[in-house]
Amino acid sequence: MMWLFLRKQKHLIDYTLSSLLRRMGKSLGLLAVYTLIVFMLASVTLFTHALRKEAGLMLQASPEIIVQRMQAGRHALIPADYLQRIGRLRGVTQKEGRLWGYYYDPAVKANYTIMTAGQVAAPLTEIIIGTGIARARGLAVGDYLTLRSQNGEAFSFEIAALLDEKSELVSADLLLMSPQVFRRLFNVPEGFYTDLVLSVRNPREVRKVVEKLTLLLPDTRPILREEVLRTYDSVFSWRQGILFVLLTGSILAFVSFAWDKASGLSAEERREIGILKAVGWETADVMRMKFWEGMIISLSAFMIGYLAAYAHVFYASASLFEPVLKGWAVLYPQFRLTPFVDGLQLATLLFFTVLPYIVATIIPIWRTSITDPDAVMR
Amino acid sequence: MLLNPAIMALVLVLIVVCSMLMLASGFAIQVLRHWDIESGSERQLGLERRTYLISTLLIWAFSFELMSLLLFIYNAESMSGQFVGAMCATGVLNVNGWGWPTLFLKMAVFFSGAVWLALNYLDNQGYDYPVVKQKYRLLLAILPLLFAEFILQLLYFTNMDPDVITSCCGTLFSSQAEGVAAEVSGLPPRNMMLVFMLIGVIVIVNGLRVALRGRGSWLFALLGGTAFVVALMSIVSFVSLYIYEHPHHHCPFCILKSGHDYVGYILYVPLFIAAALAMSVGALSSWREKPSLTLTVNRVVPRLSSIAVIFFALFYLAAGWSVWASNLTMAEVW
Repeated sequence: MMWLFLRKQKHLIDYTLSSLLRRMGKSLGLLAVYTLIVFMLASVTLFTHALRKEAGLMLQASPEIIVQRMQAGRHALIPADYLQRIGRLRGVTQKEGRLWGYYYDPAVKANYTIMTAGQVAAPLTEIIIGTGIARARGLAVGDYLTLRSQNGEAFSFEIAALLDEKSELVSADLLLMSPQVFRRLFNVPEGFYTDLVLSVRNPREVRKVVEKLTLLLPDTRPILREEVLRTYDSVFSWRQGILFVLLTGSILAFVSFAWDKASGLSAEERREIGILKAVGWETADVMRMKFWEGMIISLSAFMIGYLAAYAHVFYASASLFEPVLKGWAVLYPQFRLTPFVDGLQLATLLFFTVLPYIVATIIPIWRTSITDPDAVMR
Repeated sequence: MLLNPAIMALVLVLIVVCSMLMLASGFAIQVLRHWDIESGSERQLGLERRTYLISTLLIWAFSFELMSLLLFIYNAESMSGQFVGAMCATGVLNVNGWGWPTLFLKMAVFFSGAVWLALNYLDNQGYDYPVVKQKYRLLLAILPLLFAEFILQLLYFTNMDPDVITSCCGTLFSSQAEGVAAEVSGLPPRNMMLVFMLIGVIVIVNGLRVALRGRGSWLFALLGGTAFVVALMSIVSFVSLYIYEHPHHHCPFCILKSGHDYVGYILYVPLFIAAALAMSVGALSSWREKPSLTLTVNRVVPRLSSIAVIFFALFYLAAGWSVWASNLTMAEVW
């Protein structure tokens, strides 16, 4: 019984394939449009999802809590003795002050992110720069880079090393120098930091620690890593959603195109169905045949479109959507995303492409299948 | 939150399914009023032709509905990163009051859809459309459920507030808390295990009886439904404990995560299929008296119940294996 059923479906698929090949031009037209739709939506999905994952992975290594001092609603320098005022908080495994800032370089009209690295760049005259800066200024290891301090003094630094290309997504515009030089360059007095970072081992204790911090240091604003992560998560799915809404227009156009294709039968197709019914096919058989036709086209379009999108995103850096989804900057990192394929994204995509196609073709298919044989062959 | 693509897909699916069912309901009313198989009038011919369209529409609609149930849970699971306090689907469903009702309605629509599809299959087998009126009556009964699902889901998604601190599985499914979930978690595991095994044996033996002798289909449907509820309770009460190897973690959703080898899918998918099949067996068997259906019913009911038995067996094996292979030992404690 089961075998009989499967054999019947196999013959139906055989027949459908040969009839699709006979109408090559028409099938190819539909397939091309369908593939394009899948390609666009899949590119958006794959790209945003990969970015989201990347952001998550990056932040994995960042400290759980960042404490910033606020003054009149603005971020201000935080005195080093706040570290003592925090004292020993249960659950906090490590706490330290950070020095960092931005430097506007008029030569390339770009902002560098400057951080201090106590151990990495020990000598006062040496710095380590990210590959983005190196590209923009045409610098290599051993070259000199001059920065002007706040009171107009010029400081020359030798480039000791370039940061690893693998971390370019975060380090393209990064410049590492020693804390002493940082203080002189930006006029930051001793005993002050830009902000403080706290590491908390147990994720469940983070919120309690933050609660205590806000009591201890009322003029500060703690920023949680999980909050940052959550924001990234929502922002990326929101951006993806916006693009989907914009693409709804094209999905609708595709739906009406598919409807049209399925209902506008040529005289030859009409005759074909007439003959099929005359030789004993039932309405249900014709509908089944048409169902397989839809499945073959949908699956081919979905697979081709998805693979093309995969290549587009992970090999061509999603050149079509980059500016919208990623944002834009002078020192933009060049990076290749790590491929992530996610079941939920795949399912969502199926709902946005295959479902509208199926719905659009049900009624035309039925109209076709109830054709009377004598009406068309007369 | 409506701009999340998966949420957009879920809303889209329900809009499509609702409009398909509305179209079908219009037809159903016509069938109920004018259907007359004896007549050769133009209207009757038109109705008979349109049944093909309507059953195709509904087969698709209920398949979409099934996929949307899966997507709904999957999405809840993946959105847990966006809410404070949520670690799995439980937390996301708890974000507001509409999450759980939506899930339960989705399950109800899934089961009624399965029964409808079985009736539809039966109807197509008889030459004289024997259950056409009954099946469209059932359809008219499903429609309000579906609308309710659509509205609840929309309320759920539009009222998602990322600032609310939700409570996740740790608080909801703990024996100290209050409410149904807590009651279920607090059920004495030892008794629950006995009930679970007992009903498993009964449902399988009964299913085999239906498969071999063709008797007791209604009982099987009833037992299938009971076994489904007991199985869900048991998963919360003790199966999950063994999967997490943790004596106090009762969550029925965390077992869907990769960290537990997706064992939840191996439990839930066979369980849902088996329960849906058992209910369909009950619905089909009542048509044995119709002369044009006796043969079909006698052929289909045993086959469906043997498939249901296979899926029930798969579920019980998977659950048993999870308990057996676990490193958690509670034999002395309970």
